[in-house]
Amino acid sequence: MAKTIMTADDSASIRQMVGFTLREAGYSVIEAIDGADAIGKCAGTSPDMVITDLNMPNVDGIGLIRELRAMPQCKFIPIIMLTTESADDKKQAGKAAGATGWIIKPFQPEQLLAVVRKVLRD
Amino acid sequence: MGETDRYIETFRMEADELLADVEDIVLAIEDDPSNRSNIDRLFRAMHTIKGSGAMFGFDDVAAFTHHVETTLDVVRSGGIGIGRELIDLILAARDQITAMMAAAGGGPVVDEGESRRIVEGLGALLPKGDSLKAEEAGGSSSGGDAGVVGDASAEMASYKIVFAPDPGIFLTGMDPSLLLEELRELGECQIIALTENLPALEMVDPEKCYLAWQINLRTDKGVDAIRDVFIFVEDTSRIEIEQLPELQVSASDDEPKKLGQILVEKGLATEAQVRGALGKQKMLGDILVGSGVVGAETLNSALAEQKTQEKAKGAEKSETLRVASDKLDVLVNLVGELVINQARLSQVSGAVENSELLAAVEEVERLTGELRDVVLNIRMMPIGTTFGRFKRLVRDTSVELGKEIDLVTEGAETEIDKTVIDRLADPLVHLIRNSIDHAIESPEARLGMGKPRKGTILLSAAHRGTNVVITVKDDGKGLDAEVIKAKAIERGLISADQDLSEKEIFALIFAPGFSTAQNVTSMSGRGVGMDVVRREIDALRGNVSVTSEKGKGTTVDLSLPLTLAIIDGLLVAVNNERFVIPLSTVEECLELTGARFAMSRERNVIQVRGEPVPFVRLREMFGIEGTEPDLEETIVVGVGESRIGIVVDHVIGDHQTVIKSLGKAYRHVEGLSGATIMGDGSVALILDVPGLVDCALQAEDAALKAA
Repeated sequence: MAKTIMTADDSASIRQMVGFTLREAGYSVIEAIDGADAIGKCAGTSPDMVITDLNMPNVDGIGLIRELRAMPQCKFIPIIMLTTESADDKKQAGKAAGATGWIIKPFQPEQLLAVVRKVLRD
Repeated sequence: MGETDRYIETFRMEADELLADVEDIVLAIEDDPSNRSNIDRLFRAMHTIKGSGAMFGFDDVAAFTHHVETTLDVVRSGGIGIGRELIDLILAARDQITAMMAAAGGGPVVDEGESRRIVEGLGALLPKGDSLKAEEAGGSSSGGDAGVVGDASAEMASYKIVFAPDPGIFLTGMDPSLLLEELRELGECQIIALTENLPALEMVDPEKCYLAWQINLRTDKGVDAIRDVFIFVEDTSRIEIEQLPELQVSASDDEPKKLGQILVEKGLATEAQVRGALGKQKMLGDILVGSGVVGAETLNSALAEQKTQEKAKGAEKSETLRVASDKLDVLVNLVGELVINQARLSQVSGAVENSELLAAVEEVERLTGELRDVVLNIRMMPIGTTFGRFKRLVRDTSVELGKEIDLVTEGAETEIDKTVIDRLADPLVHLIRNSIDHAIESPEARLGMGKPRKGTILLSAAHRGTNVVITVKDDGKGLDAEVIKAKAIERGLISADQDLSEKEIFALIFAPGFSTAQNVTSMSGRGVGMDVVRREIDALRGNVSVTSEKGKGTTVDLSLPLTLAIIDGLLVAVNNERFVIPLSTVEECLELTGARFAMSRERNVIQVRGEPVPFVRLREMFGIEGTEPDLEETIVVGVGESRIGIVVDHVIGDHQTVIKSLGKAYRHVEGLSGATIMGDGSVALILDVPGLVDCALQAEDAALKAA
């Protein structure tokens, strides 16, 4: 069965690009427009992986990661954050909240897939 | 529209909306500078324009917006107040971004002076210490460092890697085994788990990772590729990567001579004496472990490392010794006797109830088992030794018949008991001749069918469980089920109304007296059909199966046990008689009451989980006296696709069975394949399971017809 990946990003164009890339690679994708939306959608399903932006309205990426790690079904799943900051502090804050890894924007579709394959068991 | 164009289109719409928002938000901020949520929204809008812009190729937009974002970040944290000047600059910046978006879409070129003026203006607002550094802009296309694209190739090198993840690694969603797999993909890899930090079982927290790994890796991908594997965990885990020096393959002349060598050369000691003395030496590792310098785990990992290095050196020297095979046969026989005697010893000591004796007997049991494995292993030979002769066979025969055929062999290194290899040669010759004679078409016929001119016969061997499967596969014309069926009916092998599956029909070619060949060649088709193959494989306790696709080719699989000398058996009893069923054929044991049999008494069939399984009663089959107990046991055995039940009085247990042949007089007894001697000296007969299966299926067919 196809693995389900949830993406959370407030930018429609990034959502579209990430969603399309993942679907092309055979994953099924749930899209969320911000952290709160993602938390709501996670409560009903259990995604195999989450890819989240950090700067989002309502609940931001760091808050989302914390909330997800508190859900039993998301405790051990890989969570990747999308960040424009190459600076370390955001990365560290994300890691401290329980993120698995990160992708620095801008990125190419292949780079996205490489990271997904790195952390998500086929 | 390409996918990229579609993203750009979406981004344009998104940017338009955001820029419209920015205008509204800025005006709202001017009215009420204390509303923090508006400032956050403004920051996010700029952040999205920057981030998404960079993603879809709007590098200038991203670079410019970065400055605005940086300033807003400082505003957000209270570093600068909101004033008229700031509001003006942000509105100007918003207009400038709108112009840049338009320019990218084919509009008029933007005034770069204006961009510079805005950036400088924003910079001037920042408190000292914060400055707008152009190189931090997220717009540079080289910034897409996802950390996993390392394709720089380097020289082949060996690395020693220690990876000790943080105990909480699972809570970051990272599975360390994925990283180990990733390392495996880089090159030849040897992974040793270091278990020193593993606490006692009751102390283990299942959500924590206590393991560390040492990985010896040979790769040409370079050290950066290795670092990239660990990029997400390098902050929290202990990771050591050390390049091992490449071993110099130095000429032995350069090395100083060893002490022993010198002594022997000078005649001061014999080689045997030196070897004896060396044997008394403790291994370095043992000494170090003994004195507590290193832990056993650490030592093992170091030894594994040594192994990798030895491999790198390419030194695979193995000394061999030629021994006459009859000497080995004697050895195997002796081991067989030893196994029997050991069983007897265990039985006797069990009755004595002396714990000191029991301990010693258990030790003997363990050693006997080891000895048995080692001795049987000595008899194992790579099957490739027989493959060689077939090359010649195929060449000569195909020339004679005017055909062009390649023999491809695979798995020549697969090891199998020498006796099996010897007895396998004839059936294989038969199968291969059959493929050459009847299956592979003439070159002209092949070309006409769109096949390559040259035919191919694949001869392969592989281990599958406790069996070796030898496959003879050709790309010839395949078997025609209709023709075979017609022939079988003509020969009276089956009746015309029998409903057979394709597999069953193909199996008919192994029936005695069956041959589909149109012509008789000098090699085959002399009336000796494939039944010879079947008989020989049966005698080896093996199994034959055929698959074929008309026009495409035929595949014959021979499945054979690894050894013939000693097998694991299931010991069962009927009255006072004991029988051994080869354990490899046993699927399950069932207890069936008399009442349940009564229901099926007319037809020897029982239901096993809804499936009908025919059965045979050993008591009836071998005419054993006595009455059956109320609770009989049924052992379900399987050969290929067929399953039958064997009904016995009771199951005793598993038994190391040393196979003894029955002798000429009993060779043709149906249902028995040999005998073994029990611990108490009595004899148990070994059941011929394929024979019994045939028996039961035939009986069932006959019963069906009679009904």
